[in-house]
Amino acid sequence: MAADRVDRRKGAIYGDEILEISALPTIRRRHYGRVVGVALIVVAVAFIAKAFSEGQIEWKVVGQFFTAPAILFGLLNTIWMTLCAMTLGIVLGVIFAIMYMSPNPVISRCAIAYIWFFRGTPLLLQLLLWFNLALVFPTISIPGLFEARMVDVMTPFVATLLGLGLNQGAYTAEVVRGGILSVDTGQVEASKSIGMTPLATLFHIVLPQAMRVIVPPVGNEVISMVKLTSIASVIGYSEVLRNSQDVYYANGRVIELLIVTACWYLAVVTVLQIGQHFLERYFSKGYSRRNGVPAPAASA
Amino acid sequence: MNEMVRAAGVNKVFGTFAALKDVSLAVSRGEVTCIIGPSGSGKSTFLRCVNQLERPDSGAIVIDGELIGYRRAQQHLLELADKEIARQRLMTGMVFQRFNLFAHLTALQNVMLGPIKVQGRPRREVEKEAVTLLERVGLADKRFNYPSELSGGQQQRVAIARALAIQPKLLLFDEPTSALDPELVGEVLNVMRDLARSGMTMIVVTHELAFAREVADHVVFMDQGAIVERGAPGAILVDPQHPRTQNFIKAVLK
Ligand SMILES: Nc1ncnc2c1ncn2[C@@H]1O[C@H](COP(=O)(O)OP(=O)(O)OP(=O)(O)O)[C@@H](O)[C@H]1O
Ligand SMILES: [Mg+2]
Repeated sequence: MAADRVDRRKGAIYGDEILEISALPTIRRRHYGRVVGVALIVVAVAFIAKAFSEGQIEWKVVGQFFTAPAILFGLLNTIWMTLCAMTLGIVLGVIFAIMYMSPNPVISRCAIAYIWFFRGTPLLLQLLLWFNLALVFPTISIPGLFEARMVDVMTPFVATLLGLGLNQGAYTAEVVRGGILSVDTGQVEASKSIGMTPLATLFHIVLPQAMRVIVPPVGNEVISMVKLTSIASVIGYSEVLRNSQDVYYANGRVIELLIVTACWYLAVVTVLQIGQHFLERYFSKGYSRRNGVPAPAASA
Repeated sequence: MNEMVRAAGVNKVFGTFAALKDVSLAVSRGEVTCIIGPSGSGKSTFLRCVNQLERPDSGAIVIDGELIGYRRAQQHLLELADKEIARQRLMTGMVFQRFNLFAHLTALQNVMLGPIKVQGRPRREVEKEAVTLLERVGLADKRFNYPSELSGGQQQRVAIARALAIQPKLLLFDEPTSALDPELVGEVLNVMRDLARSGMTMIVVTHELAFAREVADHVVFMDQGAIVERGAPGAILVDPQHPRTQNFIKAVLK
């Protein structure tokens, strides 16, 4: 039937020709772009490796200082500060997120002002403000209970904790608020209908569901926080970067110590990333797609 | 006293829109009352007032002799605290149009949450009861599944089990089958029919006229925020007196 068509296009396939074609072997096309890309990467890596092996780096020194007491002590301080500041940040974040959503305008504006101030000024400036608070308030006291000189209270640790924690709280508040908004109002009504108080609803229903949305960005912020603690060196908190600087001021092995420090940051961040993965998995239970793999039967 | 619920002169205004106008209704113990009416007529709003998810602007609701939402102090009504309101909500179980199962909990955990966290009952005992309830709605084998792994009809049956778990005196249903595919409606209505036979007091907002006809002791027709007509199902559904009721029933049956 195709034969009687005058305007038969060149190369067009008609009738049983397809049967013959379907038996032919196929040859996959080459991805030349990728081949070139891989070649470039190999060259670049080789180049960097060569540069480092020939450069003025004493790898033995790197190994030697990897577990030096000053470095490990600094690392511990870094981790401890991350933990404390992040805890403070999350607690404040949850509190201010709830305040933000309060129907009472005084309470919600108070939260808005907090977020405005701490997101709107540089973290370094906030740290310096806390550290120099003694210039404004030489003593701190709760009448009749407690009195102290501000310089004694506002140690590098306390100033850093307040600076990082309060700043983090402002960011976390917005993340938590987003998470709470993501929970359907029907969940809240159902919770009330079985007799839960508003507070119980928040802790048993809303926050656990909001966590699914909250964990990924907060995980991101924990990782930022690990590295952010390094700015505390300007007010004399002995975190890992500052301690490694102290070491290289003494022995002149600048690059070696910076490599040691970088490796430690990477190690901590790697562990945190793995932790985040499991947290995300934990809080996404119940959200598998329909027809997906059914959840394993939990032992009751 | 044989009265389980009594609402008197309930008004509710949203902005300037009157969603409920002077609604009065009584439901006796063990009775099933079906509320029918066109969309926007205030049926959900009324149920939500009974369960205190909305606060009426005026009027009073009494459940099993207890004034809802307020405490009487001589010539005033004092608003109750959150805790008291939560306690009063234990008298009513509510089943929602969109199921609203807790998405982060399994079917069993959904049913157990109220008795454990609110009523503080021992977990062992609650779990046994919860499994029995799930058996009653035919879903014992799905107890470790999350809501997202259940069909709409199954979710709604779990929701009914959850509402029953707090041992309410009264069950409220807000169009429990209208979010379901037609072939899933029957399984939910069957559970509700069994509940009605077991003597549970129920207020059911529904468009399932055949179900209302069969199960209800009273049918109430609402329109534009007010009760237009009420009576036995045979009277309201078969031989309505008010023209608005006649039009509505004609439209639904079409
Ligand atoms: N929170 C609210 N804010 C403003 N208006 C509301 C609110 N809730 C309900 N309404 C209005 O009150 C009226 C009654 O609503 P309701 O949900 O009670 O109707 P319904 O009879 O349940 O209708 P349907 O059959 O569609 O569910 C509607 O016009 C609705 O727009
Ligand atoms: Mg409705």
